[in-house]
Amino acid sequence: MASDVQVLESAVVRFAGDSGDGMQLTGSQFTTSTALSGSDLATFPDFPAEIRAPAGTTFGVSAFQINFGAKSIKTVGDRPDVLVAMNPAALKVNIKTLRPGGLLVVDTGAFSKRNLQKAGYDVDPLSTHELEAYQLVELDVSKLTLEAVKDFGLGNKEALRCKNMWTLGLMLWMFSRKREPVVAWLEKKFAKLPDIAGANVAALNAGHAFGETAELSVHFKRYQIGATHSEPGIYKTVTGSQALSWGITAGGELSGLPIVLGSYPITPASPILHTLSNMKELGVVTFQAEDEIAAICAAIGAAYGGALGVTSSSGPGIALKGEALGLAISIELPLVVINSQRGGPSTGLPTKTEQSDLYQAIYGRNGDAPLPVIATRSPGDCFEAAIEACRIAVKYMTPVMLLTDGFIANAAEPWKLPDLDKIEPFKVTFAEAPEEGLEFNPFKRDEVTLARHWPKPGVPGTEHRIGGIEKSFDSGHISYDPENHQKMTDTRVGKIDGIANDIPAQGVDQGEDSGTLAVVGWGSTYGPISEAVKAGREEGLKVSHIHIRYLNPFPANLGELLASFDKVIVPEMNTGQLKTVLRDKFLIDAKPLNKVSGQPFKIQEILDVIHAEASS
Amino acid sequence: MNELSAPKANLTIKDFTSDQEVRWCPGCGDYAILKCMQRTLPEMGVTRENTVFVSGIGCSSRFPYYMNTYGFHTIHGRAPAVATGLKLANPELDVWVVTGDGDGLSIGGNHLMHALRRDVDLNILLFNNKIYGLTKGQYSPTSDLGTRSPSTPQGSVDPALNPISFALGSGAHFVARTVDTAQKHMPGVFKRAHAFKGASFVEILQNCIVYNDAAWKGITEKNVVADKQLLVEHGEKMLFGAERNKGIRFNAQKFALEVVVIGEGGITEDDVLTHDETNLQLARMLGELGGQADEPVVMGVLYARQAEHSYTDAVLGQVAERKGKTTLKDIMYGGQTWEVSETITS
Ligand SMILES: Cc1ncc(C[n+]2csc(CCOP(=O)(O)OP(=O)(O)O)c2C)c(N)n1
Ligand code: SF4
Ligand SMILES: [Mg+2]
Repeated sequence: MASDVQVLESAVVRFAGDSGDGMQLTGSQFTTSTALSGSDLATFPDFPAEIRAPAGTTFGVSAFQINFGAKSIKTVGDRPDVLVAMNPAALKVNIKTLRPGGLLVVDTGAFSKRNLQKAGYDVDPLSTHELEAYQLVELDVSKLTLEAVKDFGLGNKEALRCKNMWTLGLMLWMFSRKREPVVAWLEKKFAKLPDIAGANVAALNAGHAFGETAELSVHFKRYQIGATHSEPGIYKTVTGSQALSWGITAGGELSGLPIVLGSYPITPASPILHTLSNMKELGVVTFQAEDEIAAICAAIGAAYGGALGVTSSSGPGIALKGEALGLAISIELPLVVINSQRGGPSTGLPTKTEQSDLYQAIYGRNGDAPLPVIATRSPGDCFEAAIEACRIAVKYMTPVMLLTDGFIANAAEPWKLPDLDKIEPFKVTFAEAPEEGLEFNPFKRDEVTLARHWPKPGVPGTEHRIGGIEKSFDSGHISYDPENHQKMTDTRVGKIDGIANDIPAQGVDQGEDSGTLAVVGWGSTYGPISEAVKAGREEGLKVSHIHIRYLNPFPANLGELLASFDKVIVPEMNTGQLKTVLRDKFLIDAKPLNKVSGQPFKIQEILDVIHAEASS
Repeated sequence: MNELSAPKANLTIKDFTSDQEVRWCPGCGDYAILKCMQRTLPEMGVTRENTVFVSGIGCSSRFPYYMNTYGFHTIHGRAPAVATGLKLANPELDVWVVTGDGDGLSIGGNHLMHALRRDVDLNILLFNNKIYGLTKGQYSPTSDLGTRSPSTPQGSVDPALNPISFALGSGAHFVARTVDTAQKHMPGVFKRAHAFKGASFVEILQNCIVYNDAAWKGITEKNVVADKQLLVEHGEKMLFGAERNKGIRFNAQKFALEVVVIGEGGITEDDVLTHDETNLQLARMLGELGGQADEPVVMGVLYARQAEHSYTDAVLGQVAERKGKTTLKDIMYGGQTWEVSETITS
């Protein structure tokens, strides 16, 4: 029985289950298939901090949300249209997000008394009126899966592991996506375990066939979501960690320097360590240090030796790196420091996203210790932002803080691959020996950039001694002279401030460059702000979106640009950090809009404020 | 022999001496170590440009400023980590790490342990004056129990750490000890440490004349040196004493080393152990000697066992094995991609 195919512009699907149910795999395979059919998309893997939380509990629930469509997609979507709940706990945690009238698919096979209890349900919600607002489809996915894989001779537990593929098959059918890429992936993944591969493929096919043939409730429709009108080019689905690692590698090639990464595992920064550790083909050297201090110190040691030192971590690890960052600032060596932010303070919410390390990035060191801060705004954007971090680091002989976050690191988006040959190189040259008889000064500076030159051990004639003690402006030797310290402090500040002239002027992402209301953001709030401003503008409101990549120093025109708006609101996933910095730098009445729930902003949350501010 | 590999006979102590005024207190043991290093480097045939001294923070860590080579005075305790990164960037460099008992064993203990465990090709010199010199004399992790200091006016209550045991316990492949007063002995130890491929750890007993004067007096005074210091050489009998009639024997009943006197109680030279620097258990026991009144403190190379590959060789070897096999473009454009052409419609 062929269903009628309904054409949709976009849809939001959320897969939710127990940590052991393979929801992240289901989501990422659905993503691959969706990307290959040319839809634009955004994803949000939302998983617990515990590796193996007790099965069936609410804190063990893992979810994956994808928003995809035949239009430009910038957020993961406020409310899912479809929720797949693989057990009672997944239902309990996620049902609040489902759009009223949305489709709710539950695996009744997992709704045992025990599982209901673990999820905190006294009464089975499937037997009450609780879910009346939704189109509820009850399927015994467990039983249907066991049936589908029975020929493979797997144990009950192993067979049930294929449940996620059954569900994926059904969803692929529902949204007219291809199964082939998933089949190819399964066969590769389980190449050594043909039974497991076969069972998973069988489950996938069974789920798909179920949609195609079974007599389902009338709600169960098939949808078609088309391709977007994106710019011509070659596209690929990338996560932030991937794009960032590629950007760092590109930075190495563009500067002509080998990359040495020092890192210590921490969520959500580890994927960068993993990706770069697997790029030895490009000469990348990675060092898993004994802690974050050793990680940054090794990167500084490598920079002293003439390599491009990189270190990656998350907030708690960046805190440990503080003293060494001061050293890199003081001795003026290039370094790229990546912070994949997560919820804080302390251990905070390791797997949840937040933008609360902006103060730490800009101010978080002893002494007057300025450094450039750059933020990425989406997975694909990480590539360019990482290259910029490398460029500024080597051109200005300074550590650069590159801010990303857990959301960007893990999320995937289709990205138009850049033409690598068109990126402007920034080849580094090292210091040369002075003329015969003259003393070598390691702190000789470029008059324009104020950057010192970079001597490299192994080169005769540029031998020198440096360290964290204040240095004489004129010779580079230790100096405790008060006036010299004033001059060196001013020089270090001036050098970083001067970068404002070497970065693009701040543009306006949407809307006019002056007017009533500017919504100003940074980092991963890009998507929701962009959509909210678009919606506001479609309603005729006078609102513009400004998104800042360069957070220290700010682009030279930013103050003037912001001053040309009557009102400035700053949505941030913190308690108002950029807002404070903007107020400080420009004496403007920037208003905060804050959210620290570990979840990205919903478009509506920002739109509500636009309504209030643009019309009042 | 070609020119490059021949020792640069033309370099002298002056070439390795920087123009910076040395700022240690007059009479500090650090002077003797510095002079010895400046004097010995030319004998090793090294070049100035290929030599780097990396240090942490402390009086001892000022060392690099006085060497006319590359030098990096880093932050407290982190020199081994900085030096590890430097070696990963350029494995050809001769990298020396200078640290103190506080720098290397309290704040930086973790980094020292891991540099030794990894066997990074570094020469690590730990100046042990059993005190925090730079911060004006607080007790350190190697201070004797009961040390009175500004922070322990009634005497310290935590037992001291033995740097040799620490190094061996961390998996070091080369462990040696010398003392600031041993101007004849020290150069040989430096040369051995330098020649060793991997992490070489040298404890240098050093006198802080201001805050812990005479800490090593019991073994460095002229009249006790022969009885209180045992100089070990691989393959040689471990004999000491003014008359060289004392030796070290293994007592199997006690599972310990003990001092014996040749000629007393039927002891002959045959009873005395021969030093085997590849024997880890022996090195552990030798490193601990000196605690009892009759025991000497052991000087020289206690342990040396060359690993097949140093850490840096292994890491960079893995990179070399795969390097050049693909390009960034291939990685980025590989895998699942799709093309959007001008004409596409939804
Ligand atoms: C992070 C940090 N903490 C504390 C200090 C202060 N400090 C400098 S040197 C030192 C102890 C040095 O002792 P040691 O390593 O034995 O060197 P010595 O001066 O005895 O040669 C201390 C505590 C510092 N510089 N940095
Ligand atoms: S305080 Fe002690 S260790 Fe430091 S320079 Fe003076 S004598 Fe030497
Ligand atoms: Mg000391």
